[in-house]
Amino acid sequence: MKPFNFRIDSKAELGSYKKVRHVEARANETFRRSSKVSAYREGVGLKRMSTSGSAFVNFIDVQKSYDGETLVVKDLNLPIRRGEFLTLLGPSGSGKTTTLMMLAGFEVPTHGRIELDGREINNVAPHKRNIGMVFQNYALFPHMTVEENLAFPLAVRKLSKADIDRKIENALAMVQLSQMRKRRPAQLSGGQQQRVALARALVFDPKLVLMDEPLGALDKQLREHMQLEIKHIHQSLGVTVVYVTHDQGEALTMSDRVAVFNDGAIQQLASPADLYEHPQNSFVAQFIGENNRLSGIVTELNGSHCRVKVGDAGEIRALPVGISNVGAKTTLSLRPERVRINPGDGACANQFEARVEELIYLGDHTRARVQVLGHANFVIKVPNSEGVPDLEPGSTIRIGWRAEDCRALDAF
Amino acid sequence: MAIADRAPLLTIDGVSLRARLARAERSRKLKALGLILPLFLFVLITFLIPLGRMGYKSVVNEETFGRLDHTNQALSEWDGQSVPDEAAFAALAADLKAAQEQRQAGEIAKRINYEYAGAISKFKSITRTVSKMETGPYKEVFLEADKVWGDPRLWRTIRNASGHYTSYYWLSSIDLRHGAEGLESVPPDQAVFVDVYGRTFWIAGVVTVLTLILGFPVAYLLATQPAHRANLLMIFVMLPFWTSLLVRTTAWFVLLRSEGPLNDLAEMIVNQRFEMIFTRFGTIVAMTHIQLPFTLLPIYSVMKNIPPSHVRAARSLGAGPFHAFWKVYFPQTVPGIAAGCLLTFILCLGYYITPALVGGPRDQMVSYYVAYYMNNIINFGQAAALGAILLIITMVLYWAYNKLVGIDKMKLG
Amino acid sequence: MDASDGAPSGLLKNMEVRVKQLLSLTVSALAVAAVFSVVDVPKAVAADQLTIVSWGGAYQESQRKAYYEPYMKETGVKIVEEEYDGELGKLKAMKEAGNVTWDVMDVDSGHALAGCDEGLLEELDYSKIGDKSKFLPGTALDCAVGTIAYSTIFAYNADVYKENPPTTLMDLFDTTKYPGKRGLLKKPFGNLEWALIADGVPAEKVYDVLSTPEGVDQAFKKLDTIKKDIVWWEAGAQPPELLANGEVVMTSAWNGRIGNAIKEGKNFKIVWDYQEFDWDYWVIPAGTKNVDLAYDFIKFASDPKQMSQQSKYIAYAPTHVDAIKLVDPAIAPTLPTYPDNMKTAITTDLVFWADNNEELTKRFNAWLAQ
Repeated sequence: MKPFNFRIDSKAELGSYKKVRHVEARANETFRRSSKVSAYREGVGLKRMSTSGSAFVNFIDVQKSYDGETLVVKDLNLPIRRGEFLTLLGPSGSGKTTTLMMLAGFEVPTHGRIELDGREINNVAPHKRNIGMVFQNYALFPHMTVEENLAFPLAVRKLSKADIDRKIENALAMVQLSQMRKRRPAQLSGGQQQRVALARALVFDPKLVLMDEPLGALDKQLREHMQLEIKHIHQSLGVTVVYVTHDQGEALTMSDRVAVFNDGAIQQLASPADLYEHPQNSFVAQFIGENNRLSGIVTELNGSHCRVKVGDAGEIRALPVGISNVGAKTTLSLRPERVRINPGDGACANQFEARVEELIYLGDHTRARVQVLGHANFVIKVPNSEGVPDLEPGSTIRIGWRAEDCRALDAF
Repeated sequence: MAIADRAPLLTIDGVSLRARLARAERSRKLKALGLILPLFLFVLITFLIPLGRMGYKSVVNEETFGRLDHTNQALSEWDGQSVPDEAAFAALAADLKAAQEQRQAGEIAKRINYEYAGAISKFKSITRTVSKMETGPYKEVFLEADKVWGDPRLWRTIRNASGHYTSYYWLSSIDLRHGAEGLESVPPDQAVFVDVYGRTFWIAGVVTVLTLILGFPVAYLLATQPAHRANLLMIFVMLPFWTSLLVRTTAWFVLLRSEGPLNDLAEMIVNQRFEMIFTRFGTIVAMTHIQLPFTLLPIYSVMKNIPPSHVRAARSLGAGPFHAFWKVYFPQTVPGIAAGCLLTFILCLGYYITPALVGGPRDQMVSYYVAYYMNNIINFGQAAALGAILLIITMVLYWAYNKLVGIDKMKLG
Repeated sequence: MDASDGAPSGLLKNMEVRVKQLLSLTVSALAVAAVFSVVDVPKAVAADQLTIVSWGGAYQESQRKAYYEPYMKETGVKIVEEEYDGELGKLKAMKEAGNVTWDVMDVDSGHALAGCDEGLLEELDYSKIGDKSKFLPGTALDCAVGTIAYSTIFAYNADVYKENPPTTLMDLFDTTKYPGKRGLLKKPFGNLEWALIADGVPAEKVYDVLSTPEGVDQAFKKLDTIKKDIVWWEAGAQPPELLANGEVVMTSAWNGRIGNAIKEGKNFKIVWDYQEFDWDYWVIPAGTKNVDLAYDFIKFASDPKQMSQQSKYIAYAPTHVDAIKLVDPAIAPTLPTYPDNMKTAITTDLVFWADNNEELTKRFNAWLAQ
């Protein structure tokens, strides 16, 4: 992947602006406290987000090795746009956290350049980068009150007492913790601590905020709530956020774009919808969402279509994505919700007999595990709506899917 | 509870819920008590009771109480300024005769001699004289034998020593004594102990500060190194900790000697030998070495629990490396510093072997004098009072420390 | 233990001495703890076992050869040796705890008198020991029977002073003529007397002067002149080691200890000028369960033939008149009792020290701390 080269483009800027207005309006409906966020934004004098054409943050040919033998980050090129919410998603050890730490300045790239706002920052000390950061375990200073924690970055910047006080007030109002000024972190719940950490990372108006799995320690409900809150704050303030997580649901919920990491390299950089609908390789397909995998050999390759032989049972028509020639091994990727039961003749290019093995009722839908083409773990999601036939374990049904929904990717 | 305005809650079978709960709790409490009982008895027998007896010995007239009853009674009306009357002399003679038969006259003389130097020989000879006499009058015999018997100070000493309790040992431990007009300082050439206490606390304080200065960076290094390297370093720190105190002290004795390796090195480099053994310098060096792990380990274990992300957070918030360390990291180590320093300080107060081996006469601490009075002077009361005062000062310091730092904030790990 | 091979072993020995001394103090601290505690640590004592406490080092070795080993051989009694530095406090602690585990002790004259007065020592029945009149005057006491005559002398390293060596007590106090560190016993006892004599007080007037505050001041003032050059010793085995390893160039010492070091090949010389002549005694601690066996041992050790043996192993003189005659004339010049050595000898006044030890010790400690 080559670095993107954006030019300043007034149209693009306008488009982004409109988009922001739109999501903000939606957020206003969703969140009661949006007025507080707006007030905060006005209070700290933040300008509405303006996107320049060039990358705000840019990783150029970055490599990182700790031991001189193995690369933790391999040839990373990653442009991050001004004002976007970019998530680095990947399993542990994939290099996403190292990438974040290099951006924060706690790790030095072994090779390559990191640019922030057009300036190389490889040798800029962390405290001179003006980047806000939220840590996995919040890293609130336990010997300071909430207020003192928030005052810390402001005092370092030698702001006046009155300014400090005002900024703290605004930041705490934004995260709804105005009552907690005098508390110590240990006296707060996990969610409250998380909000204080967020407020502290934002209180000094950084243009870039990094978040290192900030919600990992929260329970599921609180986590989902915080996801929305963070997203909302991002949209309102217009800061650029680089977010690290291994939770794909979180990544899809919050991000403008997601960089999927594996094995020290970006596997795919795309919007959540794109990642889900159009995974570029079988790792991404597997990592994002649920996925039926069928291994086979390409028997026919023809522009936008191909045929893949799966075992002895049959041939599948699929969309070629990561294959180059006939005879190559491939992994077919098919989302469970794209499988239809009793498709009409001609509706689907692929139609097979399947035996229902197991049914799991999940409220809004039912998961059916079926045996098809010799694969016992083929999953189908059946929406819980009218007009869907009842299934019985052990019964044989007919299923089918479109060739466009079945992506022939690299062999896994 | 009798006038409680609410009816007590009852269990299903009608018993008071409170009583039921108390019974259920009681067996649990008894079990808990059973678990701590052995330790409690151990502490009681080996620590509290001896401490109590030490306190008792420091205030009781063990050598004289009950042996000078007649004299005590006869002197009850005495004005304390003049020579007592015949009755007092007769009573003392009677007491001494009785004591001589029990072989206790020597102990009485020794006790009086603590406060009135020269009493031993006077008592011995007068005891011999009166033992041969059937009846008085005694006053002339006493005065004729030695003119000290006409000294009211001697009689005051006898009166004070014949009671059950005495403040002599305690006063003496802080260089005070009962004079003709109440409390007074002992003459400067007899004033030892205030200086000894001052020295003890000074040495303990200096050693504490030194261990902190030397230990803190090492603890920081240990806490921030990767595990495999930290473990190796830790072994270097712990090695002396696992070695016996005596071995380490004698090692310092060898190192610091005027013909020792350190001085050989000094001679090679600066062509001069330094006086290190039998000095305050040597004492403090050896004690600092021995105490280092005690200060270091609590600090280390506290540091180990400070997430690295705190300093990183401070850096990301705009603080330079020193600012981040000083404002964010250091304050979090304070509980460890408090624990380590308190531990070292209190342990230092009791040092005995190390100053005795590598220190000079001016570097001996309170415990040395406790042992000295115990062993060589055989004045247990003085030893007990010295020990008791050290204990009390230590406890007062601990209390003050608690007020200042807060013991609940202290962390041993 | 062979100390003939120079400094390294000397060093180790000196260390060992101090360590032992401290260990014994530690043990006594435990004994102290025992006094204040109510528990007795039960100790099984075999009937045919005798615990004898003495001053360690070369002296105890001479006793081992002259008395302990022959006695064990003759009677089959097992002798358990312990060492101390005159800490009678341990004995008092044992007595208070009701568990005296020492059966026979070797004490100096001060302790022999004080221990008797304070009831720490058994009053001796001389019919169980021997003819009281056969002991030298002043050595057959109520609670103690003399075993040796020893003296406190000073000795110097003859390697350091090859020409014009020190010969008089004044030289010990003359740091201009004889620069270097001096070892002295860390007690006022004996040192104050020497200080006065060195300051010109006639020997027979020493205690008169010392009985006055001015006299004490004078003594300390004299000590002041060499104070910064003094290394203080506390155990009898220390002085020869301090000399051997070069910590001091001259030191006060008990003459036998230096005598043995010389026998082992050390180039030390004794200055007998104003030697402080004194006795050591056998005593039986009050409260020991082995009184009869203790008497039996003391009788054995006080037998002239046996007593005359000890001088072979250390340069101390016997106290029994018949034993004196049996001593090898060849070693007589090394003994404190040899007429040439006795010319200026002084004896310490035990009554004076009984009266004034407490106060002068305090003064001494205050002076040390200045």
